Amino acid sequence: MTNMKKPSFNDTMLILVFAAAILAMPLWLDPFGGNYPDLLQKFAIYGIFAIGFNILFGLTGYLSFGHAAFLGVGSYAAVWSFKLLTMNAIPAVIFGVLFAGLLAAIIGFLSLRRTGIYFSILTLAFAQMSYNLAYSVLTPITNGETGLQLARSDPRILDKLFSDGPASAGLPSTELFGETMSGYPGFYFCAVLLIIGFYISLRIFRSPFGLMLKGIKSNQNRMKYTGLNTRPYMLTAFIISGMYAGLAGSLLAVTDPLAGAERMQWTASGEVVLMTILGGAGTLVGPMLGAGLIKYFENIFSSFDDSVLQQAFSFLPDSVLEIVVPVVGLFVGSGWHLTLGLLFMIIVIFLPGGLVEGFRRIFNYFTSGGGKAETQSVEAHNQAGE
Amino acid sequence: MGDLVLHLDNINKSFGGLSALSDVNLHVEEGTTHAIIGPNGAGKSTLLNVCIGRLKPDTGKVTFAGEVLTGREPHEITQLGVARVFQTPEIFQEMTLLENVMIPAFSHRDGAFRLNANKLLSKQGEIRDEAEHILEDVGLKDMMLTEAGSLSRGDKRRLELGMCLILRPRLLLLDEPTAGMARHDTNQTIELLKKIKSRGMTKVIIEHDMHVVFSLADKVSVLARGQIIAGGDPQSVREDPKVKEAYLGGAH
Repeated sequence: MTNMKKPSFNDTMLILVFAAAILAMPLWLDPFGGNYPDLLQKFAIYGIFAIGFNILFGLTGYLSFGHAAFLGVGSYAAVWSFKLLTMNAIPAVIFGVLFAGLLAAIIGFLSLRRTGIYFSILTLAFAQMSYNLAYSVLTPITNGETGLQLARSDPRILDKLFSDGPASAGLPSTELFGETMSGYPGFYFCAVLLIIGFYISLRIFRSPFGLMLKGIKSNQNRMKYTGLNTRPYMLTAFIISGMYAGLAGSLLAVTDPLAGAERMQWTASGEVVLMTILGGAGTLVGPMLGAGLIKYFENIFSSFDDSVLQQAFSFLPDSVLEIVVPVVGLFVGSGWHLTLGLLFMIIVIFLPGGLVEGFRRIFNYFTSGGGKAETQSVEAHNQAGE
Repeated sequence: MGDLVLHLDNINKSFGGLSALSDVNLHVEEGTTHAIIGPNGAGKSTLLNVCIGRLKPDTGKVTFAGEVLTGREPHEITQLGVARVFQTPEIFQEMTLLENVMIPAFSHRDGAFRLNANKLLSKQGEIRDEAEHILEDVGLKDMMLTEAGSLSRGDKRRLELGMCLILRPRLLLLDEPTAGMARHDTNQTIELLKKIKSRGMTKVIIEHDMHVVFSLADKVSVLARGQIIAGGDPQSVREDPKVKEAYLGGAH
């Protein structure tokens, strides 16, 4: 809360460190086995999702349980843009953000009439409604259970206008001015949008608008008696946060042009809540950390099996190995949820401020302990940037 | 003395079967300090809640400077120049004193809503100066970067008063501004309220402490069992036999 004392130089540093850490992910994630494009893309996309969610939950304290609806709408809008207009990623992203913003305006307008648990339940209800509609009434738009896919027969009006040669055989792939949006180029496209998203969120945190949102979280009653109409502030925060989710959804479609209704299920809404709380709600980099951690667990931990463990613990004598491997095996592979659940419980109980609070405590411990403040500060910054 | 600026006409309010206010008429002169006293449960806080839009009266209306306040949202009433200090301080506990005062300063400058998301707080020098100035007035400038939740009760009240003053209200409603304070703190608060008296705003103050009432008030109204039973300048109210009876034979 001392943000007014800090010179903006620190923020410039923060954004630079953040950008460097994100863009260099293929390098420093290599030793952790996280360097493959599919996972890197997920880090960036869910980072955007969580950063946007944090603008609502972290700043205003309103806990939405329906953000997956915006993720899903973003995906559908992007795939429709590929089908009808062009395989270029930019219109897809723009439509994803716009449609998610539109839906957020409607859901927000209705849900924000209530606060606390009632608000959470209303958002959950709307998201489940969207999910069920996508399977039933809206099948012409969503293609029901099969999911919305590209087809060779799609019109793609803009692409047809500008291409002179005959259409190539097979399905076209999403692209950005000729660069195919899968693999590493796809990751870098997402990463650039993530950095822009982080910068916008930083500016909101540091703006009078952000201060007003923090005021609403702290004491909504007093806010009204300062002459402020809290409703439009809340609605704006809700729409911005929905647009981030729409951006994340459209990027999911850009990297893999397929949209299914399961993306809107309540578990997806719950996941972003976990990410934000795990990393530290209300902090700038916390949600990114949480998103990274959960996606890492989901993809890396879940792929460990007994043979990997045998290898990891091969330095142990055989008799011990026979006990250790099955026990640890409970926590990896298909049991990765168990590890995540325990980790979540530990963090909520001992570190209510999330991972960011943990780093801050370590940092404070070292700075108050000795004269190594300079080097520690750089390290803490790097950690915060991850 | 100036013109009448605040009018409460035929206010009735009951909760369930219990009548909290019955046929209250009150008129406050511009620029004066008007105290409302009365035993516990007389309906004093209900009266303020009706003024500020927190409660809707069953009948009657509240008019301030020609504008009807009844039926308006709290933020609209505040925008018309009515500010309120609550009995339990309503402040932003987790924020610094400076932020506590800057928030109403933004509300005052920008009105009910303005999307200020593209500006940096650190570039809002004039708001910060204004906030520091107010904190100096209420004697809290030395602590402006501490968290508001760590303040003493008396300091929280002063902070809340500062948050109201930065709105430059024309009418300030104070609900027991010295309740639960030690004598020393009470005297400090009286001095502070006297100081802001010179700014020409109208004040309506609810108070238990007769020492506070007689140091500050120009006019006193006595509320008992939901009705105004006496009114006038402090001296004559003090002598009024009906008031003595209400205090001695009433709720006490």
